[in-house]
Amino acid sequence: MAAFIVRRLLAAVILLVVVSMMTFAIFFLVPRLAGMNSDQLALRYVGRGATAESIEATKERLHLDDPLPVQYGRFVQGIVVGDEFNYGPEVVKCPPPCFGYSFRNSQPVTALLIDRIPVTASLAFGAAILWLIGGVSVGVLSALRRGSVFDRAAMSTALAGVSLPIYFTGLLSLALFAYHWKLWPNGVNYVPFTTNPLDWAYNLILPWVTLAFLYAALYARLTRASMLETMNEDYIRTARAKGLRERTVVVRHGMRASLTPILTIFGLDVGLLLGGAVLTESTFSLPGLGQLVVDAVFGNDLPIVLGVVMVASVFVILANLIVDVLYATLDPRVRL
Amino acid sequence: MGAPIEVSSGEQRAAPEAVLAGAAGRIEGRSLGQIAWMRLKRDKVAMAAGIMILVLIALALLAPVITRALGTSPNDFNSNLIDPVLSKPKGSFGGISLEHPLGIEPINGRDVLARVLYGARISLLIAFLATLLSVTLGVLLGVFAGYKGGWGDTVISRTMDVFLAFPLLLFAIALAGVIPSEAFGLSGNGLRIAVLVFIIGFFSWPYMGRIIRGQTLSLREREFIDAARSMGARTPHVLFRELLPNLVAPILVYSTLLIPTNILFEAALSFLGVGINPPTPSWGGMLNQAIDFYRVDPMFMIIPGAAIFLTVMAFNLLGDGLRDALDPRAR
Repeated sequence: MAAFIVRRLLAAVILLVVVSMMTFAIFFLVPRLAGMNSDQLALRYVGRGATAESIEATKERLHLDDPLPVQYGRFVQGIVVGDEFNYGPEVVKCPPPCFGYSFRNSQPVTALLIDRIPVTASLAFGAAILWLIGGVSVGVLSALRRGSVFDRAAMSTALAGVSLPIYFTGLLSLALFAYHWKLWPNGVNYVPFTTNPLDWAYNLILPWVTLAFLYAALYARLTRASMLETMNEDYIRTARAKGLRERTVVVRHGMRASLTPILTIFGLDVGLLLGGAVLTESTFSLPGLGQLVVDAVFGNDLPIVLGVVMVASVFVILANLIVDVLYATLDPRVRL
Repeated sequence: MGAPIEVSSGEQRAAPEAVLAGAAGRIEGRSLGQIAWMRLKRDKVAMAAGIMILVLIALALLAPVITRALGTSPNDFNSNLIDPVLSKPKGSFGGISLEHPLGIEPINGRDVLARVLYGARISLLIAFLATLLSVTLGVLLGVFAGYKGGWGDTVISRTMDVFLAFPLLLFAIALAGVIPSEAFGLSGNGLRIAVLVFIIGFFSWPYMGRIIRGQTLSLREREFIDAARSMGARTPHVLFRELLPNLVAPILVYSTLLIPTNILFEAALSFLGVGINPPTPSWGGMLNQAIDFYRVDPMFMIIPGAAIFLTVMAFNLLGDGLRDALDPRAR
C-alpha cells in the first residue's frame, strides 16, 4: 500500500510539472506564437496608464527578454521557494507559493485565492453530496426496474438534464424561485459559514440544487448503465443461486461493483469543481475562484488567472490521488 | 466491412423484414450499414431528432434569406419598441409581434429571431469544425496507440489521462483570453472562430482517442488482422483499410455525441464573454445579456436557452439512437 501511494504521489508531482508547463505556455508562449513581442507582453502586465518607462521596468522585472526555459525556471521558483519583487525603493518579499501580485489592486494573489476558496468549496461539496445521493439512487432504481414507468420518466428527465446548460437552468431557477415566488427576495448572496451557518445554507440552496441537477442527471445515466451491466454478471446469478436475499445481492454484490467506476468520476468532478465552478458562480454571482478568474481575464490580470489555474490543477490532481487510493481499497480486483 | 455479423437481440428484431424479403421470394445480402439504417428507421425518437437536426441546419444556412423575408436583421436597433423607463421591450412576452415573432432584445431592440438564427450558424459551425478536429486527432492517435502499443501508446495514453484530468474550462478561458485581437494572419470573427475551434477541438480529442484506442486494442487481436498481416500487408494498409472500416460505427456514434458537448462548450465560452465577439450573435452571448434582464424580460432568457436545449437534446437523442442501431450489444 505504501509503495502504491508513493508511486501515485510521484505521478502526481510529474503531472503538476506538466500542468505548470502548460499554464506557463498559455501565458508566455502562446501570445508569442500569436505574434506578440515582449513589449506588448509587458504592456499586459502593466495594466492601465502604461508609459514607455513602466513597460521597460515591467519587462525588466518579469525578465521577459530572457530565454523561455529561464523564464519558466523563475516561474517555478516563485511557486516553490517564493520570490522578491523590486519596486524601486522597497523590496517586497513574496513567500511561497508565490503567484505574484494582482496589478489591479496590488494584492498578493495567494491571499486572494485563499479568500475565494471557501465559497467555491461550499458550493462544490454541498452540490456533490446532493448529486451523489440523488443521481446514484435514481440510477440504481432505474436499473433494477428497467423499462418501468419510473425508469422511463427518470431517464427522460436525465436526458433533458444533461442537455440543459447550467447558466440557463440557473437563470430559470432565479427567475422562478427567487424572483417570481419570492423565496429569495434579495437574490443569492454568499454569507460565510462562520458568520451565520443558516444564512450560508439558505443562500446556497439554489446554486446547490441547480448544479446538482445537472450532475445528478449525468450520474443517473452512468449508474444505470453500470448497474445494468453488473446485474447481468455471472457472480450475481451465483449469489442469487446460493439463496442470498435480493437486498443483499443488490447492495453487497451489485452496487459495490458498479459504483466503483462512478467513484472515480465523482472524485474527478469534485476536484474540477473545486478549481472554480465557473459557470455556476457566474450565473449566481458567487464570489468564488471561478468568478475571480473570469474577472481577471477581463481585467487582463494575468497573475490571478495563472494562480487560479495552478490551484485548480492541484485540486484535480489531489482528488485523483485520493480516488486512486480509495479505489484500491474498495475494489478487491485492483492489484497494487 | 470485414467484421462478422454478431447474432444478438438486434438481429432478432430485424427478423420481420427478413421474413418479408424471403416471402417475396428473394434473399438479399444486407451490409452492416443497411441493417443499421433499417434499425434506425424504426427508432422513431432518433428519426425525429435527426429530422430536427436537418431542420436546424437548414434554418442556420437560410438565416439571411429568412430574416430578409421577415424584414429584420440581427444587428438593427429598434429603439422605438423599447420601454424607455425599464429599457425592456414594450408589449408582453418580450415584445412578440408579427414583425418580431420571437420578440426583441431589451435596451437595443434587436430582433431575437434573427439573432437566434444567426447564432445557430456560429454554434453549429464551431461545433462541427471542432468535432471534426477532435475526431481526426482522436482517431489518428487512438488507432496508432492501440495498434502499435509500446512507448508510443504509453505517451499517448498518459497525454490523454492528463487532458481528461485537467480544469479544461479554466484553460480554455485563459487561452481564449490571452489571444490578441490579431494573430496568425487572421483578425475579427475569423480569428475568434479559428481560436474557438482549436481550443474546443484540441481539448476534447482524448474522449475520442480513448474509445478508439480501446476498440483498436480488441480489434487487433482478431483473425482478419492476422490474415492481412500474414499476407504481407504493411502497417498503413492494416490501419486504414482493415482497422478503420471497423471503427466507423464508434466514430459515427461518438462524433454525434461529441457535437452537443461542443455546442455546450462554445455556448459556455460565449456566455463567459471569451467566445465570439459582440455584436455577432451567439446563443451563449445572448444568455449572458439575459442575466441582467431575467426579472423584467424572462422571454429573452428562455429563447436562446431553449435553442441550446433543443439542439443539444436532438444531437444526444440521435447519438443514442445511432449507438443502439450500430451496436445492439451496447444497450
